[in-house]
Amino acid sequence: MSVKLLLRHPLISSLPIALVVIWAIGIFASGAQSVFLWTDVLVYILVLTICVFALISSSREHLRDPWRQIVQHKLGMLSLVVLLVYVLIGLLDSVHFRLPLVVENATAEQKTVHEGEVLSVLDLLVTPIRIQEEKTYSAPFATHLHTTETIERPDGSRERTYPRLEYGGAHLENPRTDKYSDIAMNSVLGVLVGLIIWSAIVLMVLFILAMQKQANVSAIAKMILSGSSLVPWRLILATVGFMCLLLGLMIILGPKYHILGTDKVGQDVLFQSLKSIRTGLVIGTLSTLIMLPFAVLLGIMAGYFRGWMDDVIQYLYTTLNSIPGILLIAASVLMIQVYMANNPQMFESDAERADARLFFLCVILGITSWTGLCRLLRGEALKIRTVDFVQASQAFGVSNFKIIWRHIQPNVMHIILIAVVLDFSGLVLAEAVLSYIGVGVDPTMHSWGNMINGARLEMARDPIVWWSLLAAFIFMFALVLAANLFSDAVRDAFDPRLRKQ
Amino acid sequence: MTDVLLEVKNLNTWFDSRAGRANVVDDVSFSIRRGETFALLGESGCGKSMTALSIMQLLPNQAANNMSGEVLLEGQDLLQLPEVAMRTVRGNRIAMIFQEPMTSLNPVLTVGVQIGEVLTKHKGLKGAASKARIIELLEAVGIPDPTQRIDEYPHQLSGGMKQRIMIAIALAGDPDLLIADEPTTALDVTIQAQVLDLLRKLQKETGMAVLMITHDLAVVSEMVDRVGVMYAGQIVEMASRDDFFNEPQHPYSQKLFDAIPSMGKRDEALAIIPGTVPDLAQEFHQCRFADRCQFSWDTCQQQVPRWISGNDSRGVRCHLYDSTIENKSRVAEKVELISTSSSNTGEELLTVSNLKVHFPIHKGLLKRVAGYVYAVDDVSLRVNRGQTLALVGESGCGKTTLGKGIIQLVKPTDGSVLFNGADLTQLSQNELRSRRKDFQIIFQDPYSSMNPRMMVGDIIEEGMIAQGIGDSAEARRVIVDELLQQVGLRPEHRNRYPHEFSGGQRQRICVARALAVNPKIIVCDEPTSALDVSVQAQILNLLKDLQKQYQLAFLFITHNISVVAYLADDVAVMYLGRIVERGSVQEVLENAKHPYTQALLSAVPTIDKESKQEILRLEGDPPSPINPPNGCHFHPRCPKAINECRSEYPKSRTISSTHEVSCHLY
Repeated sequence: MSVKLLLRHPLISSLPIALVVIWAIGIFASGAQSVFLWTDVLVYILVLTICVFALISSSREHLRDPWRQIVQHKLGMLSLVVLLVYVLIGLLDSVHFRLPLVVENATAEQKTVHEGEVLSVLDLLVTPIRIQEEKTYSAPFATHLHTTETIERPDGSRERTYPRLEYGGAHLENPRTDKYSDIAMNSVLGVLVGLIIWSAIVLMVLFILAMQKQANVSAIAKMILSGSSLVPWRLILATVGFMCLLLGLMIILGPKYHILGTDKVGQDVLFQSLKSIRTGLVIGTLSTLIMLPFAVLLGIMAGYFRGWMDDVIQYLYTTLNSIPGILLIAASVLMIQVYMANNPQMFESDAERADARLFFLCVILGITSWTGLCRLLRGEALKIRTVDFVQASQAFGVSNFKIIWRHIQPNVMHIILIAVVLDFSGLVLAEAVLSYIGVGVDPTMHSWGNMINGARLEMARDPIVWWSLLAAFIFMFALVLAANLFSDAVRDAFDPRLRKQ
Repeated sequence: MTDVLLEVKNLNTWFDSRAGRANVVDDVSFSIRRGETFALLGESGCGKSMTALSIMQLLPNQAANNMSGEVLLEGQDLLQLPEVAMRTVRGNRIAMIFQEPMTSLNPVLTVGVQIGEVLTKHKGLKGAASKARIIELLEAVGIPDPTQRIDEYPHQLSGGMKQRIMIAIALAGDPDLLIADEPTTALDVTIQAQVLDLLRKLQKETGMAVLMITHDLAVVSEMVDRVGVMYAGQIVEMASRDDFFNEPQHPYSQKLFDAIPSMGKRDEALAIIPGTVPDLAQEFHQCRFADRCQFSWDTCQQQVPRWISGNDSRGVRCHLYDSTIENKSRVAEKVELISTSSSNTGEELLTVSNLKVHFPIHKGLLKRVAGYVYAVDDVSLRVNRGQTLALVGESGCGKTTLGKGIIQLVKPTDGSVLFNGADLTQLSQNELRSRRKDFQIIFQDPYSSMNPRMMVGDIIEEGMIAQGIGDSAEARRVIVDELLQQVGLRPEHRNRYPHEFSGGQRQRICVARALAVNPKIIVCDEPTSALDVSVQAQILNLLKDLQKQYQLAFLFITHNISVVAYLADDVAVMYLGRIVERGSVQEVLENAKHPYTQALLSAVPTIDKESKQEILRLEGDPPSPINPPNGCHFHPRCPKAINECRSEYPKSRTISSTHEVSCHLY
């Protein structure tokens, strides 16, 4: 009984979060210097905004009801789990700091000196695969390099051969015979680790649900297992289980092999792919964040006020729309690039410079992509302004600003939400395209676009180097597919024309 | 009975929802003879359309197979037919026309193609033969110039024409039975009269039977042979037309009659049916109408009434007529009297003179003004304190624009609106804003006149905040609670959203919202036309009550003559942006001078045929307000037009001190 009571305590249920926080505090307490990159700050603001929005939604029936529908949508929840995993990785990668420089017998002054490299929490978590760099290309699970090298033998003779990797499979005595059984063994171990993590999560969910519904755990478990719960918990937990298995495999196999191979400079492709997640998410979310004020304000104003204001705004977006987007983006990015090259003193480190470029890319993408939503909102505002309830407010002498805020805005909210979720995947893909043609993010920044760009030339090699491309493809595909499926669920729930009565 | 065409036996149709099984059509049985017109009468949501769709097997997907019973068309059970066989029945033996002619036609196909489709499918006609038949059909439904119309698209036709085309399509298969689902509800009275005449004529010629679905007692009275009254999915009464109109038996039918407003009921409150239709997703162990019935007693709450058939296919589903049950009915309550001791103080509240609202039409690249829509053209009228002026006219005549022009929701082009000594058209935005509490508006559609994302309390409060009424949130809340009670709702409704209310309740909330700022005049823009007749009665009672209490003036915009007769003190008749006749309600309704007013009044279907004056049918549709005809706007449709009418717009002529008419005849 007392154990149960203890478990009901909210602190226990938020134990994992608490652990992460304590660990982060631990890092900083050990003398790390926190670094706030521009995009980090924006990401924090975004998270805060979403929390506030969620709070507001929870108190308004017309907003809460569609979310209730989404929560019961099977495919929607499956994709949400995948999205949340991405978001978690992205957030972990958004807490930056510099570790103190470890110097033997350091003086007080030396203790305040920090390493030049800016690290994130994610970097620390994946430390083995971050620092285990080979010389150059190696295939997934390889024990030898992908290219031949001339090696001098002890007897003085020279031989061209595939040298052993420094880290990948380095623990094996005889890779040719032992490798596959070792991988199999470790995989089983990985699956076990994954299962342990999963059971922990499942137990936690069960207890929280039991607490909420005032029922005992076994009843909840039965309900979930039979798939009769309103929220598709069985499916959610299965997805979580799959993610846990992947995590377990990564934990066990990651330090011993390069699961997804290495790239030209020998960096682990899995590490690159994980780091790219933040870049993709930042582009997808921040660009929308920057686009929204333009689209919402201008769109509603044009539709509501009509007249010259409508003409000006329409003229603006028609003009903007008729310039090829890619041209505009390329020109702006090149300008920024030149500016940053001329003012190197503005940035303390490479990471900051790369981040500033990412930030500007978001701004540029935002500024060039508001027209579609703006047009939609203008049309909707045009329609709503003639509806009787707006006329009734006008008959009361309510001011225009208040009418927009109380009547127009809440009634176009669903369009904004749907557009944001739909745009997200488009922007993630746009980043890949832009980086591929060289006007995207900084070449030193990990991104799927850069990975694809790097893999481009190696496609012609024999034997072919396919893993960079495949890794970027899989990670991007999973994210975009999840985002698209989720946006479908959002649209189903929010679009009044699709809503079932 | 060999002449029975369609026999429906114990038809059930249900929807399965989370709340349980809802029988939208519950044990419905009736039969239609050849050449007969049978009406299913009832208010919205009573299951009459669902009955028709069940017969046609055109139910929405979630109920597609949820049917039991028998639908015998000449002895053949339609419910047993597979979909393929059913397709040859639809359009061929049973045809259907729908309520909304605007959406029933495909906008990208010509009229000829759409009629031809049916001919090819069911009659195997093609090419010249098909075309000849199409022209024949178009002639039959009274479309002028059919050889030309055949190649026109639906958007080139008016609403009345479209409904005629729909009828032509329905007739193309030579059906034995025509199901008409509210065929005239979306049409104006003059057009409605044309369409009803047409249906009668066609029925006489082809001998087809008609199943008419309607909520309008007057249409039933004019059109049908027998009638079945539906309530909550069941037929509660069935009778021949004459029996039904002479002596309706079921309390629900009686109430329907009592709820119709008319001149004779001016001094009394209209009968209302309290409460709402019960939720159908339940098992009934009592009479479905018991909670709303003034006669109900214990038995009604405990026992489902059985069908009691009388002579001549008459029947009723009510314990009152069940000889096996002892009648312990409560006595019917007396009709509540409203003293309408004419509150006419003669004090002028609103004077509109020569008001014009012209909407420019922009064309071309530079958006130059290419012409004007003369929506309101030179209108003058007067409303006294505490009185009701009814503005009558067909749709598109500019009456709504006039209403909005008066309260400055639409900027008038010219003219003046004197209200309380100030000319509203000359005021600045800010001056106008502070005066807006004196004049309010209630809209036609209670569904779109409230923001679905706001709670009722906030909706009512909005105007008070804008006009600075009530010092604190607490004070405002007290007022809101009072208002809600005044319009017959409860204070706790404050925290609900509009979608939780029925149409009538929403309209009450709209009334409360308008009242919140203590207006002196309310423009009521067809506030009851979207409501069922029993709900309409509630709103009319409420308005009448409030008028007496607060000395409110109403500008009541409507096309419903019976509402005018019940409510109005003065009437102004509008045609194509101008007022053609105005006077007191007695003068205009009983002694109409203008041919248009006369035609309008005679087009209104009535229940008692005896009081009908000479029938004056209008041909064609109202012309467009973009370029109104020269001279008198009405002359192209006027049966009494003289030469003068074609050249000059008639001046207003005085018949009596209050009665004016714009016609060359006087």
